Amino acid sequence: MAKLNINGKVVEVDVEEDTPLLWVIREHVGLTGTKYGCGVAQCGACTVHLDGVATRSCALPLSAVTEENRIVTIEGLGAETPHPVQQVWAELDVAQCGYCQVGMIMAASSLLAQNPSPSDDDIRAEITNICRCGTYPRVLAGVKLAAERMTNRG
Amino acid sequence: MTMQQRTNSPSRTGRLSRRGFLAGAGAAAGAFSFGFSFPLPVRAVAQAAVKEVNAWVVIQPDDTVIIRIARAEMGQGSLTGLAQLVAEELECDWDKVRFELVEPGENRRRDRVWRDQSTGGSRAIRGSQEYVRMGGAAARSMLVQAAAQGWGVPAGQCTVAKGVITHQASGRSTTYGAVAEVANGIAPPTGITLKDPKDWTIAGQPAKRLDTLDKLDGSLVYGMDIAMPGMLVAIPKACPVHGGKLKSFDAAAVSGMRGVKHVLRVDDETVAVVADTFWRAKTALDALPIEWDNGPNANVSSETIAEMLREGLSAETEYVGNRAGDAKGALARSSRVIEADYGFPYQNHAPMEVINATVLWTPERCEMWGPTQVAEAALTALATAAGLPVENCEVHVKRIGGSFGRRLTTEYVTMATLIAKQVPGTPVKMMWTREEDMVQGRYHPVTQCRLRGSLDADGNLDALHMRISGQSIMAYMRPSIMTANGDPVTFQGLMPDGAEMAIGYTIPNLLIDHAMRNPHIRPGAWRGVNLNQNAVYLECFIDEMAQAANVDPLVFRRKLMANHPKHLAVLEAAAKGIGWETTKPPEGVHRGLAQVMGFGSYVAAAAEVSVSAGRLKIHRIVAATDPGYVVNPQQVEAQIAGSFVYGLSAMLYGECTVKDGRIEQENFDTYNVMRLDEMPVVEVITVPSGGFWGGVGEPTIAVAAPAVLNAVFAATGKRVRNLPLKNIDLGTS
Ligand code: FES
Ligand code: FES
Repeated sequence: MAKLNINGKVVEVDVEEDTPLLWVIREHVGLTGTKYGCGVAQCGACTVHLDGVATRSCALPLSAVTEENRIVTIEGLGAETPHPVQQVWAELDVAQCGYCQVGMIMAASSLLAQNPSPSDDDIRAEITNICRCGTYPRVLAGVKLAAERMTNRG
Repeated sequence: MTMQQRTNSPSRTGRLSRRGFLAGAGAAAGAFSFGFSFPLPVRAVAQAAVKEVNAWVVIQPDDTVIIRIARAEMGQGSLTGLAQLVAEELECDWDKVRFELVEPGENRRRDRVWRDQSTGGSRAIRGSQEYVRMGGAAARSMLVQAAAQGWGVPAGQCTVAKGVITHQASGRSTTYGAVAEVANGIAPPTGITLKDPKDWTIAGQPAKRLDTLDKLDGSLVYGMDIAMPGMLVAIPKACPVHGGKLKSFDAAAVSGMRGVKHVLRVDDETVAVVADTFWRAKTALDALPIEWDNGPNANVSSETIAEMLREGLSAETEYVGNRAGDAKGALARSSRVIEADYGFPYQNHAPMEVINATVLWTPERCEMWGPTQVAEAALTALATAAGLPVENCEVHVKRIGGSFGRRLTTEYVTMATLIAKQVPGTPVKMMWTREEDMVQGRYHPVTQCRLRGSLDADGNLDALHMRISGQSIMAYMRPSIMTANGDPVTFQGLMPDGAEMAIGYTIPNLLIDHAMRNPHIRPGAWRGVNLNQNAVYLECFIDEMAQAANVDPLVFRRKLMANHPKHLAVLEAAAKGIGWETTKPPEGVHRGLAQVMGFGSYVAAAAEVSVSAGRLKIHRIVAATDPGYVVNPQQVEAQIAGSFVYGLSAMLYGECTVKDGRIEQENFDTYNVMRLDEMPVVEVITVPSGGFWGGVGEPTIAVAAPAVLNAVFAATGKRVRNLPLKNIDLGTS
């Protein structure tokens, strides 16, 4: 039995330790907001926060994570009120099909936590998630607007 | 679930709305509750439901308006556009609008009251706008009638605004919610007159999508996310050489692995592992010894396919798509002939949500939950594979995580059903790996094109022969629409006339013909379909002719477009937008143009690029579109930006190669796509001229590549004639 700290709760899972964290989260913990897109750390659909840092959970085996690591999934992001990134995403109607958007939001919120006022080039370099629908222009605008909101507020 | 039941949980009720807009309520519950989708018996809750006004409109007592959507939603946003069209005629309060998706079994039981549910060819709105508006208008009339009857006044004396019905003379008013139940019993009106689009107040506006919030908090349950008690996961693997067979597999080698329940032969070419989770099924499948009979195509490669197509470039053919004058004769007589060969590769749709379907089969009944662009065809496929009458089957359609034409076929529904049938009474979620999705796609067809053009003494294009050689999508996908000579869809964007796909040039001597050459790789309708390669061929070659004539590409095109004012208008709009004739591009930046008509709309693009040390940077693209009418400008803008991403991904990277009969690229590490860092600034100009309804989801893709490639030529002097660009060295000229 392995213990994981997900969204502030400790959960116990009985899973082979080479199982990627993505599948533990989706199938054993039952949180399906985190998506499978490629399984090889290419697309970012599976992005979660591991101790506050955006991490592609499909490429991280369960054995690499302990109860000490704080895992936050989309279900735990902004648990009280929506995170500013989610708020802005709704305002700008960023999502198309939405499948990649959870990963985008997790990547964007992590970026803003580390770099509260990213330049366009920072955003372009840091958000490497794939969106096949092509929401990139609104993702860029969304990160910038969220940054503005968060800095003004803080 | 029945429609009525789903009515109780309409859209806009993602966790965000509950949490964000009703301060902090239920956060903990939200965090650990996830979407169940139970296979409840049909009509279990029908009695408790609110009666519909008509097939399109349900109004709850609290005035919530639920609009039924029959077409698939896969990110293109037509769900919202269709709801706007209904709401416009209904004259309800847009803020109270929710949606629900129509299920094909229900459609069938009701004599197809929602008509065609298939969603392709950029037809979701233009193919149904008239009857959905009629649906909204009829509901409005019935609601007003219901109120008028109650008051004992003529309906003609009542007015409606935002779902409130008023009888001015007596000072009475009521709401749609209060009379909806009565309206249900009123006979639908005859002789409806629809509003003139210039009077629209809901349609034509930049409304936000109705289906956003549950995409932002992870609560939207896509097909991939379905969970049911006792559900098992199946991962299939089909013979990697299309058309090959499954010879044998050694189930015993993996059947003891943890979680593995079954190792099954699915059909002639496919094996599947069924386990309790995805990862256990995948681990076992990877370890499963499988023997394939690769069949007659085991030695086919990209090179042999290219050879096969090259032969078609000069072969005799009878399949002509467009002919004027005597192109061959004029070319033979001319002393100024330009010739070039182009090519366009196989590509995978690669939507972010891979192929999946969840099926529960019992001897009496079979149901599927999951994504499809063709709900009715999926139902037929389900019933056929289930071996059950279609009345005993249902497809529960899910919003789709991208599709781009991939889910216009139903082979995966059949596959999931054949698996579930071997595990009776247990819901089985069939999920493909990304690797399986990449090698078992329905690919953008492979084609080549030889173009020969001649200039007259004044430098005008007086003859063009365009020979396309390559694969027919319809020969594989819909043989029933093939004509005796070939595939009529081949000539998209090149047809002599018509409201769908007409060429924008008048060339005195013109011949466009096709030599069909069908390799074994399975083709499909890939967003933009045949317009993509046809636009590259024609628009890049027109640029080549302009260069040969030493005339500006815009001026050169104008001369050929006098009889095509709508094509010309979008081209002029894009050119003006980029400043073609008015401003100089920044130092080192170069421009290119392209235009085409497709899916009923006129589109053009103008691009600005620079190339330094062999590296291409696309700075800016201006798009101009005339789709006749614009139902939602901001969704149109999103579709156009998205079209550039899709089209430019294809131009930069999109290529599936074939070796030993199989597709080589298995994931995004070898099938790269565009990311944010390469995204140019996109400016969208819409010039809706009215009087026709064109599509929006696809046509712009086709101008992305040629506009950029023409700009690349301006920057480097290099003609890129074979895509993708990743294979081309732009460094040395
Ligand atoms: S699923 Fe993890 S990066 Fe694609
Ligand atoms: S919104 Fe569809 S993949 Fe990004």
